Amino acid sequence: MTILIDENTRIIVQGFTGKIGTFHAQEMIEYGSNVVGGVTPGKGGQTHLGLPVFNTVKEAVQQVGAEASIVFVPPAFAADSIMEAADAGIRYCVAITDGIPTQDMMTVKNFLRRFPRKERMMLTGPNCAGTISPGRSMLGIMPGHIYTRGNVGVVGRSGTLGYEAADQMRLLGIGISTSVGIGGDPIIGSSHLDVLEKLEKDPETKVALMIGEIGGPMEVDAGIFFKENMTKPLVAYIAGLTAPEGRRMGHAGAIISSAGESAAEKVAILKELGVTICPTPSLMGQTVAEVMAKL
Amino acid sequence: MNIHEYQAKEILAGYGVKIAEGGIAYSVEEAAQRAREIEGDVWVVKAQIHSGARGKAGGIKVCKTHNEVETAAEELLGKTLVTHQSGPAGKLCSRVYIEAGTKIAKEVYLSFLIDRSTERVIMVGSAQGGMEIEALAKEHPEAIVKIYIEPAVGLQDFQARKMAFALGLDSSLLNHAVKTIKGCYRALRDLDANILEINPLVVSSNNEIIALDAKMAFDENALFRRHKIAELRDNSQVDSREVAAAEVGLSYVGLDGDIGCMINGAGLAMATMDMIKLAGGEPANFLDVGGGASAERTEKAFRLVLADQNVKAMLVNIFAGINRCDWIAEGVVQAVKNIGMQVPLVVRLSGTNVEEGRRIIADSGLKIITADTLAEAAEKVVAARNQVVAQES
Repeated sequence: MTILIDENTRIIVQGFTGKIGTFHAQEMIEYGSNVVGGVTPGKGGQTHLGLPVFNTVKEAVQQVGAEASIVFVPPAFAADSIMEAADAGIRYCVAITDGIPTQDMMTVKNFLRRFPRKERMMLTGPNCAGTISPGRSMLGIMPGHIYTRGNVGVVGRSGTLGYEAADQMRLLGIGISTSVGIGGDPIIGSSHLDVLEKLEKDPETKVALMIGEIGGPMEVDAGIFFKENMTKPLVAYIAGLTAPEGRRMGHAGAIISSAGESAAEKVAILKELGVTICPTPSLMGQTVAEVMAKL
Repeated sequence: MNIHEYQAKEILAGYGVKIAEGGIAYSVEEAAQRAREIEGDVWVVKAQIHSGARGKAGGIKVCKTHNEVETAAEELLGKTLVTHQSGPAGKLCSRVYIEAGTKIAKEVYLSFLIDRSTERVIMVGSAQGGMEIEALAKEHPEAIVKIYIEPAVGLQDFQARKMAFALGLDSSLLNHAVKTIKGCYRALRDLDANILEINPLVVSSNNEIIALDAKMAFDENALFRRHKIAELRDNSQVDSREVAAAEVGLSYVGLDGDIGCMINGAGLAMATMDMIKLAGGEPANFLDVGGGASAERTEKAFRLVLADQNVKAMLVNIFAGINRCDWIAEGVVQAVKNIGMQVPLVVRLSGTNVEEGRRIIADSGLKIITADTLAEAAEKVVAARNQVVAQES
């Protein structure tokens, strides 16, 4: 078992019958993910891609034993879908949807906090590429073929920059245990720290790579966690050296709004905390390789 | 999305926040008319631009006669104001707000914003109003009060009272203060605002609590359900290239350098710009073409990047996931041909169908420089840019 998903994890797709949901459900099935059905309210009882469609997440949990879900529901309704998954007893949810209002995510997080920690659904995203444990299961929209199985745990905000890192590592013969996209929005389900906590406990993971960016306190929080609690080495790259203050760089979360949020400041703080910094984004693979060589 | 001061005040007035009497004017004549409508002997003419720190930039003028109001309006209308928050290009002032002068007995600071680390609305206040909160936080952090609000129950009266006392407001004003504070919170929550800042909130000499300035910013992602707010958008306050980009669904931020960029994904875009800088160049823009980069979209992105006269070389960096490199390559070839591109172009493709994509570029017969890695792409585009600059001089 990897940290979040493996080949046995029973996956449902929320927003299953829509165009995007259909396309990515097919990709996941082809990759070998154990997709057991989907949810589209009002279309319960139908069959889609040879799998059952349910009206509610609860039915999917009861009838096909759904454990994990992936959300492709449009932004206006996505928060509701996430909360439905949590209420139905889904263990892990990936929200792909881009454009969910911030206050909706505030409501989602508040709703999740009502559950005791042990029963609380883990959420990653929204606005992310998903999670992959190479060779076992893909719960996301990434190109699966660039990921090889190995011992590096990856956590990052950005989709394509995560692909870049995976590709650099693949070319150097370095594999990945699990790669988790946490998303580019201001309020997200899980932080870098939440994922590092899992990677630290994961026997398959030997080195962790954190791909961060400007804005927010998350990377620094993760650095403090690393210094105080981690035995495994942490490598980090922070994107956005050229980003001016107060300008949103694509991701709603990528905006420097207070002290300590610029790339240079984050890098300085992380260095101080003992994190190995990738000096440039083209050296993510090589920096990880150097750290691996010292193990 | 930002709105103007007068718009924010109008919204807040609807939530029980007291504002000074005022009116908007698009011309000198209208400004004079507004002044005549507003009783009193002092008027303030305020430039309406999407930027703070207007006072220091000469954007706020106190007038004692109707003639002075006219003169002030004439000076401000049509003028581009550069404040230390507006960026070097400044913001065009096309409307002025004429407001009754308020005799100030006390100035305080009040704001509400969504705090990312606690995932709650945080209410920030200080008895020292008028100052910029960043400066105050640096010099007198003890003078700032923060109160976190539970999303499920909302702002409670005791919290509003706590803030009122922290602001040093007189007990006789307590009810009015609570009403004002709660009104602000409801406006933020009801309308999907990210930020609401009143600086200063004042107590007037006749003991009223008045929002003398107001700044509100809204969540772009929530505008689909806030139609009235969406109508307040003023594109004259936004970089015209960003407006053009938004119209075709691209995410663009204009910068000061001369290397144009087209990249898919915000994180990869920032990383690529970092590489350009590390290679000794300066990016002209941030541009995320997103996931479904069709040929048409690619051409639009090219036109947008090249519309910037400063661009001396361009870099395309695509990591195809859902996309396919061959589709991207076809789009690039088509864009270069249709536009008749003059500046050197470096293309780096990676991911799904990369070989086919590279073959299409190679077979096109166009002068396109290709690169395999991120580092190589950045070095090549900086070299191409340097060559162009050398030839020019």
